[in-house]
Amino acid sequence: MSLMEPFVTPAAVDTKLRVEHVNIVFDRDGKSTPVLNDISLEVGDGEFVCLLGPSGCGKSTLLSTMAGFLSPTSGEIKIDGEAVRGPDPRRIFVFQERGVFPWLTVEGNIGFGLFKLPRAERERRIAYYVKMVGLEGFERTYPPELSGGMKQRLEVARALAVNPDMLFLDEPFGALDSITRLIMRGELLRIWEAERKTVIFVTHDIDEAVQLADRVVVMSARPATIQQIVNIDIPHPRDISSPRYLELRDGIFKQIGLAHKL
Amino acid sequence: MKSLAEPKKWERYFWPILVSALFLALWHYSVIWTATRIFPSPLDVERGMAELLRENVLWGDIADSLRRVAIGFGAAVVLGIPLGLTFGWYPPVNQVVNPTMQILRPISPIAWIPVSIIFFGVGDDAAIFLIFLGAFFPIVVACVDGVSNVPSVSRRAGRNFGLAPWQLLAKVVFPAALPQIIVGLRIALGIAWLVVVAAEMIAVESGLGYLIIDSRNSGKRYDLVVAAMLLIGLIGLTLDLGFRRLERIKSVRWGFRNES
Amino acid sequence: MNLFVWLRPVAFIGVLLSVWQIAISRHAVHLLPTPVEVVGGIADLVQHGLLLKYVVASLFRVTWGYVLAVVLAVPLGLAIGWSRRVEMAFNPVIQILRPISPLAWIPIAILWFGVGDLAAVFLIFLGCFLPLLLTAINAVQSIPAVYIDVGRNFGLRRVDLVYRVLYPAVVPQLIVGLRITLGIAWLVVVAAEMIAVNSGLGFLIIDARNAGNRYDLVVAGMVLIGIIGLLLDLGIRSLERVKSFRWSYSED
Repeated sequence: MSLMEPFVTPAAVDTKLRVEHVNIVFDRDGKSTPVLNDISLEVGDGEFVCLLGPSGCGKSTLLSTMAGFLSPTSGEIKIDGEAVRGPDPRRIFVFQERGVFPWLTVEGNIGFGLFKLPRAERERRIAYYVKMVGLEGFERTYPPELSGGMKQRLEVARALAVNPDMLFLDEPFGALDSITRLIMRGELLRIWEAERKTVIFVTHDIDEAVQLADRVVVMSARPATIQQIVNIDIPHPRDISSPRYLELRDGIFKQIGLAHKL
Repeated sequence: MKSLAEPKKWERYFWPILVSALFLALWHYSVIWTATRIFPSPLDVERGMAELLRENVLWGDIADSLRRVAIGFGAAVVLGIPLGLTFGWYPPVNQVVNPTMQILRPISPIAWIPVSIIFFGVGDDAAIFLIFLGAFFPIVVACVDGVSNVPSVSRRAGRNFGLAPWQLLAKVVFPAALPQIIVGLRIALGIAWLVVVAAEMIAVESGLGYLIIDSRNSGKRYDLVVAAMLLIGLIGLTLDLGFRRLERIKSVRWGFRNES
Repeated sequence: MNLFVWLRPVAFIGVLLSVWQIAISRHAVHLLPTPVEVVGGIADLVQHGLLLKYVVASLFRVTWGYVLAVVLAVPLGLAIGWSRRVEMAFNPVIQILRPISPLAWIPIAILWFGVGDLAAVFLIFLGCFLPLLLTAINAVQSIPAVYIDVGRNFGLRRVDLVYRVLYPAVVPQLIVGLRITLGIAWLVVVAAEMIAVNSGLGFLIIDARNAGNRYDLVVAGMVLIGIIGLLLDLGIRSLERVKSFRWSYSED
């Protein structure tokens, strides 16, 4: 069935990130656990890519490695042609809301990465992003007083404020209730369409992947390999009841080996 | 996490040994360089300890110190845990008694020495009383905190299963509070060990604390002074480690998720 | 409403005091003073201008020893806690020194500093140093790794990382440790003064007994020690409540 197309670099788009034969093996006290097995991947500029797989399969590890927090045991990751050597403000990692600093207000958090800017510019940007994520009125509030969804939005605002090229999101909506999750997905897409960053998004939720991504990278359980890369060719806004959506989603279900009748 | 890579297995022994050796060397050479005639070098201390062991005095002193701690600490446990549990269980009672405790708590057991001498005279009993005082308050506080930190969910589940109040206390609240109580006991034991040494320096005529004062007073034997100090450190550390073992028993271990 | 909250504990103290008063007054000749006599003792001290002098002396020593310990132990502890290897390396030495009561250092303190203020300050410093060191080490190790990762992600250099992430993250735990250690300092000063100096509340207790069995002054001293210790503790607790320190990790 040619619904699942083999991986093809989208034509006429520059490659932003390239993963070349990356292997990651964790070594602890003599025991080695292979986590990622020969991963190769290309992500184009401005693309929204999802890494999808069961919990613990290594997709978060892959994401952390792409962002420079871990080094691959072998293989290389290149962004804009340069090898990744460590974390960099040009590619910001968005953790679940636990990454927000509790000792800074909303404004303080958003302005965290803007220390190189002159004051007026910094304040302008903070105001802009507060508005963009819908946190007006809470500028002087501290995170412990915010809800989970608000903290998540705060973290996205903080990430965007420094105008990175790439965003890495590691199951950012995992701690939220399902209704908030749906709302946040819409927000994220809205922001992405406004700013067109390259986004790599990790999730274990198949629907989430199909709703958000241009391409879904389906990963196997540990040691993880790429099972399949699915091109989601539905334009936004996506109708989650449309036959094409269901076709793609069910295809992935089948790929992972799940039944879709409970 | 913060440093470079995960430390290897051999490093767990290498670095501590290296730094400890450096400390000893520093000590040794400062003694030589300052040409002091009184302050002992590590070798002097070691010889001093051997001497104490040979003369058979040491074991008696250690036994005395431990005995006093055992009795004083034991009394604090026997009295403190029931009281602490009661105070924690009945917040109104705690509210009444707490201010009194808060005033008594900052008073060093040492400050109680003259009063304890009135009651107990000079000797063992006075020292034991001081140890009791030192250990009592941390134990009570730990029990109160432990009980009040038991999540109400646990209490409700207990009542749901039809437990009477005293059963609730014994079968639900106490086990739930146990991790915190045990930490309190460990801290109290550490305090007891500090107090016994201090008490022995002032109020009695045997024990490790007395050994320190006596070694200095009768002959400026600072090598024995430092030897005794190190022994105090070692024994205190052993007591502490022993207690931490207790914390690892499975039925209590759940309360210490992140203990290092 | 607020007044009633204090009524019962105060009444309890009143009951204790009454029992004390009655129990002692039953004996014609008594060593242990009654509460009334203790109050008289305090008045006595005020009259002779000694109360303030002794309190200030004790506070002075505590301040010096404590501040010295804070200034040295906190940065050192933060630095040690930062690296697993360094912490591992220093651990045995710390663990052996920790159970040694500061008072066990008295002979050495006197040897190095003679009898006097310096020895007392040294003892207080000793009593505070290791607990503060351990608090700082623990505080650094408790920082969620994610905060450090975020800092690095936004391009912070080492120095900025320390000032803008590490320091704010450890402040709550440090303050609790500072409070507990101040309590320890207060315990040690009293003990140190009983042995090594000529003024202060600890000295008062020993001297009052030795020079004339003035147990009213002895107990007066104890009461004062308790009250001042409590005030110091409450003082730092109010610091903990300052808003920008008030956050903590648990956000529920």
